[in-house]
Amino acid sequence: MPTDLTAVQAAEAVRAGELSATELFDAYRERAAADDLNAYTWVADAAPTEAPPADAPLAGVPVAIKDLFCTEGVPSQAGSRILEGYLPPYTATSVARLAAAGAPLLGKTNQDEFAMGSSNENSGYGPVLNPWDRTRVPGGSSGGSAAAVAGGSAPWALGTDTGGSIRQPAALTGIVGLKPTYGAISRYGMIAFASSLDQAGPLTRTVADSALMLRHLQGADTRDMTSVGLREEIVLPTAERLDGIKLGVPEELSGEGIEPGVRDAFERSLQLAEELGATVESCKLPHAPHALSAYYILAPAECSSNLARFDGVRYGQRVEADTLMDMYTRTRHDGFGPEVKRRIMLGTYALSSGYYDAYYGRAQRVRTKIAEDFAAAFERFDFVVTPTSPSVAFELGAKTDDPLSMYLNDFCTVPMSLAGIPAISIPNGLSDGLPTGLQLAAPAFAENKLLDAAHALEAALGFQRLDQRETVA
Amino acid sequence: MIDREQVLHVARLARLELTEDEVEHMTGELSKVLGHIDKIAELDLDDVAPTSHVVTVENALRPDEPEPSLPRDVALASAPAVSDDGFLVPSPQAG
Repeated sequence: MPTDLTAVQAAEAVRAGELSATELFDAYRERAAADDLNAYTWVADAAPTEAPPADAPLAGVPVAIKDLFCTEGVPSQAGSRILEGYLPPYTATSVARLAAAGAPLLGKTNQDEFAMGSSNENSGYGPVLNPWDRTRVPGGSSGGSAAAVAGGSAPWALGTDTGGSIRQPAALTGIVGLKPTYGAISRYGMIAFASSLDQAGPLTRTVADSALMLRHLQGADTRDMTSVGLREEIVLPTAERLDGIKLGVPEELSGEGIEPGVRDAFERSLQLAEELGATVESCKLPHAPHALSAYYILAPAECSSNLARFDGVRYGQRVEADTLMDMYTRTRHDGFGPEVKRRIMLGTYALSSGYYDAYYGRAQRVRTKIAEDFAAAFERFDFVVTPTSPSVAFELGAKTDDPLSMYLNDFCTVPMSLAGIPAISIPNGLSDGLPTGLQLAAPAFAENKLLDAAHALEAALGFQRLDQRETVA
Repeated sequence: MIDREQVLHVARLARLELTEDEVEHMTGELSKVLGHIDKIAELDLDDVAPTSHVVTVENALRPDEPEPSLPRDVALASAPAVSDDGFLVPSPQAG
C-alpha cells in the first residue's frame, strides 16, 4: 500500500517510477476525507491538476498543513471562529516552498485556537481525538497535524511550535516532531501568536522525514526580516551509533513532576543511548523552573498585541453595533474562545502601566538567564535530553477547568523555545499502552547533528508506530 | 492577585467585552496563574540584560525595489463591510 511508505520512501518510489504521484495523493485524500478524529478542517477535493515535475525533490508526496498557515483561496481560520470562512489572498512562504519542491496541499489541520493550548480542546471547530485512544487528547496546539500523521491519513504534516506545540503532540501520538532554531523557517503567512517564539516545523513518521521536510522549508525570506535560514544544507541522517556523544540530563526537567511511567521510559532510553556509545551525565539548568512563568508572561504579551488585528474591520467575523467601540468589543467577545480571552487579558495586564517592569521586563531577563544556562550546558554536552511531556495523553476534559495545570504540560518544552534552540521529540516507547516522547535539544543551527543523533536513537528504540501496528492487524 | 476592577480595566484596554460570568471566572483564573508567575519576583535579575530576540539580526534590509502590492479589490474582498474603495465601520460616536 502506498500509504505504508514513509515520506522519504514514497518520494523515492515516485521518482523511480514505481508509484504514481496521483495514486499516492488519492490514497491519502480518501483517508483524510474519511477522517473521524476531527483532525482536518478542510480536505482537498482532488489531486492538483498540474502534477509536480518528475524530478521534483518531494515528488508529489502530499502534506497536511496546520490551519494557521495562510493558503490562498483555502479556508485558513487558525482554529478560531473569528476567522470563520477566511480565504487569504496569499500563501505562507513555508507552504509555497513545500509546494515548489513538489509537496501539494492535502488538507488543513485542526488546532488549538491561534495555537494557544496543549490539548487541542481550545479549537473553535471541536477537539481532535488521539488515534491511540479516542477518549484522550492528541496534545496541542498542532493536535490535528499530529493526529493526521499518527492516524495514517497524512504522510507528514506542517505544524508550529511556540512553547512545545509541535513536540508535545508528537510525543502524545507516537510520532516525530521537530522545532528548528528560531529564524530557520520564514514566518511569513503564519497567523501570529507570539512572534519572538513562533517557529514552523515538521511532524513526521520518522526522523529522516523531518530532515527531508526541513531541507525544503528552511531559508531566509525577505518577507520575514527575522528569518535567517540554516547555515548548512540539511542532509538525511545516517548515524547508527552515538560514540563520543555527550548527553546532559537536566535535573530540573527530569525529576519532580514527571509521571513514573514516563520517567521509566526515559531511563530506558538513556541506557540505550549508553549502549550506542554515548555518555550520559546529569546537568543543571538552574533557571529552567522559572521558564514557564517567563513564557506565560512573554507569549500572552505578544499575543495581546498580535491579536489586536482581529477587530471586525478587515477580515473575519463582525458583530454589528452602533458605535465603533461596541463593534470591536462585541466582535472580540463573540469571536474568541475562553483560552484566547484569558491570554489576551493576561498579556494586556502584564504590559499595562505599572506592571510592565514587574512582569514583562523581568520575564525578558529570565529569558536571558535561560539562554545562558543552555549555553553553559552546551560547553560540556552535545545535547540536552529530557522527557518531552511530563505525562502521556490525558483524557478529554481532564484539565479544561484548570488553566494552570494545562500550562504545566509545557514544562519540559518551553525552556528551549525561550532560548530559540532546536529540539526534536521522538517516540520513546509506551507507558500504560500510550506513547511517550524523548526530547533532544541542541545548540542553535546544529540541526544536522541533532537529526543524526535522533536517527540513531530512533533505530535503536525500534518503536512501532500506530500506522504500522494497524497495518499488521 | 487581580481583582474585579482590574479585570474590567484590562478588558477595556484589550477591547474585549466580558459577561458578568466571564469577569468572575477571569478574576479567579488569572489570580491563580499570576500566583504561579509571581515566583520570578524571587530572582535577582538586576544586572541581567533583557532578551527580546534570540537570534542576532542587525539591520535586516532588502533592496528597495518597487514591486506590485496587493490590489485594492483583493485587500477588500475579506472585509465584513466595504464602502466604495475602503473598509466600512460604524461611527466612533454614538447617535
